[in-house]
Amino acid sequence: MENTNFEVVFEDKLQRNEMIEPKDWMPDNYRKHLIRQISQHAHSEIIGMLPEGNWISRAPSLRAKMVLLAKVQDEGGHGLYLYTAAETLGISRDELLDALHTGKAKYSSIFNYPTLTWADIGAVGWLVDGAAIMNQVMLQRTSYGPYSRAMIRICKEESFHQRQGYEIMCHLAFGTPAQKQMAQDALNRWWWPTLMMFGPTDDKSPNSANAVKWKIKRESNDQLRQRFVNQTISQTEYLGLTIPDKDLKWNEERQAYDFGTPDWTEFENVIKGNGPCNKERITARVKAHTEGAWVREAAQAFADKRKESAVAA
Amino acid sequence: MSNTKDTQGPIWEVFLQRKSGQPFVHCGSLHAFDKEMALQNARDLYTRRGEGTAIWVVLSSAIVSSSPEDIGPFFEPANDKVYRHPTFYQIPEGVKHI
Amino acid sequence: MTIQEALFNYCLRLGDNSLILSQRLSEWTSHGPFLEEDLALTNIALDMLGQSKSLLDYAGKVEGAGRMEDDLAYFRTEREFYNTLLVEQPNGDYAKTIVRQFLMDAFDLYFYQELTKSKDATLAAIAAKSVKEITYHLRHSSSWVERFGDGTEESHERVQNGLNELWRYTGELFEMNEVDALLIKEGIAVDLTTIQPKWEKTVREVIARSTLKLPEQSFMQSGSRKAVHTEHLGFILAEMQHLARMHPNAKW
Repeated sequence: MENTNFEVVFEDKLQRNEMIEPKDWMPDNYRKHLIRQISQHAHSEIIGMLPEGNWISRAPSLRAKMVLLAKVQDEGGHGLYLYTAAETLGISRDELLDALHTGKAKYSSIFNYPTLTWADIGAVGWLVDGAAIMNQVMLQRTSYGPYSRAMIRICKEESFHQRQGYEIMCHLAFGTPAQKQMAQDALNRWWWPTLMMFGPTDDKSPNSANAVKWKIKRESNDQLRQRFVNQTISQTEYLGLTIPDKDLKWNEERQAYDFGTPDWTEFENVIKGNGPCNKERITARVKAHTEGAWVREAAQAFADKRKESAVAA
Repeated sequence: MSNTKDTQGPIWEVFLQRKSGQPFVHCGSLHAFDKEMALQNARDLYTRRGEGTAIWVVLSSAIVSSSPEDIGPFFEPANDKVYRHPTFYQIPEGVKHI
Repeated sequence: MTIQEALFNYCLRLGDNSLILSQRLSEWTSHGPFLEEDLALTNIALDMLGQSKSLLDYAGKVEGAGRMEDDLAYFRTEREFYNTLLVEQPNGDYAKTIVRQFLMDAFDLYFYQELTKSKDATLAAIAAKSVKEITYHLRHSSSWVERFGDGTEESHERVQNGLNELWRYTGELFEMNEVDALLIKEGIAVDLTTIQPKWEKTVREVIARSTLKLPEQSFMQSGSRKAVHTEHLGFILAEMQHLARMHPNAKW
């Protein structure tokens, strides 16, 4: 090696848009940032299974039940891809889960809102997955190889999620008056929390600058949020539903929609653990993990016994 | 490819053959406690959309990989071996099937 | 009873088995003992839901009264479901869920293998597709029975308890009535006496390999052929059907 300056090699790779791989040298802060971001993302997928999983047993048709079951399962798979990507950075799944269970790690605040009616399953698919996809598409080009490969797989699988949500909204919006009302109610409750999913505004986002510098993220929170609003308006108009924002209007000069300010106090509160379902979500995950302990122990014991008998034989 | 101990079983790497005759390609990792479970989990996780016809699973800890420092000595010497490629050789015009 | 009536009932029996067991399995989705297994069990729930859709769809066509799969799934009462008592039993711990699955998978495998020979082309086709799925389900559930049986002391005790609790619902799997008699004569239905020995052999082998004991208790519960169920079914249906029944004219 003629060049022992690792930092220069690292920066050069980023400059040339080459991927950083697990064995490559990387700055500590880059590693820490990645572990935080990938695990947050993984936790969000796993916690996100809960509000939707709620409705599997009550889905109103067999087709809807099948689709929802497959979708929630996909989310579990995506969490899994992401956990294994994070594990390449030298942290174990146990440590990652422990951080989630003890409240040290965060996850997307959106999943601390309750799914109260079937229309919420439509709204979550259409809006929440729609917002998530904007982020995910960008992350396919993230600078860390395992993360990028996980995201490419996730995006491929994710493509049906938003469509299934919108399909539910269509059935409701063009269905009986009670169904249409259910759809509008869900839109009213999910609109603002969805906009908050993109995170704080750029001037108040502490981690954004580094993430963009290191090419982990390639667009800012505000850019993504604006693009989401622009895309969603015509979809809402088609449904004949109303977005609950009186400041929403087309801005000819910017060639984009102006929109109101989300309630950032509420956002802060949900992040601090005071959302409607924070406690329930974590409790459910801890319960599954704790009650699964004897299953994992049994599987380990069985594997150890077989290894011994293989050696003996 | 982490070797950190945990209660979730060791990590395995999964290789899928998409169609008969094609090479096995790495598609991701998973946790499993034994070989049979690793194979079943790989099937349940990585072939949900009919992506495979055959699976290899291998303990992640069993994989030997080159290091980033190896890039120069391992791979650059191959870059100037142009004679390994068919375009290096000149064949008179009119000669066919070669 | 006409052949058509018998066939309708037969399809409900099979379709309800898959539907109710799928409903039970999906209760585990997002609550599994670890992530990989969560996904694996959900795959099985999805396969069974798919089977039930095909079978209930066909039931509706056989009946010829214009009822579709969803009408049959969502608008029948507790006394009109014909699934076997075993599948409606609560999940309990993961060992009990696995035992229930194993007992049913072993039955389903031999049952559907036979049903592929049915003179009813639709049933034979559904069976052919299902056999592949169930072969995998049995591989999954039996390997877990073995892990639990020969795992830790705790897992051994849990899986043995599960087996003891559920054993009394296995006799019913092989009960036959007028429906079977009529359809066997037509070459449509499976003679359950032919698959019972195969089922017993597999169950005994896996139990022995797992260092477990076959329960001695011999009294067998019964009732589902007459749509008489355990109390659990009412709660399953209440949850499953409530939304559809609140909006009887809605499309989803």
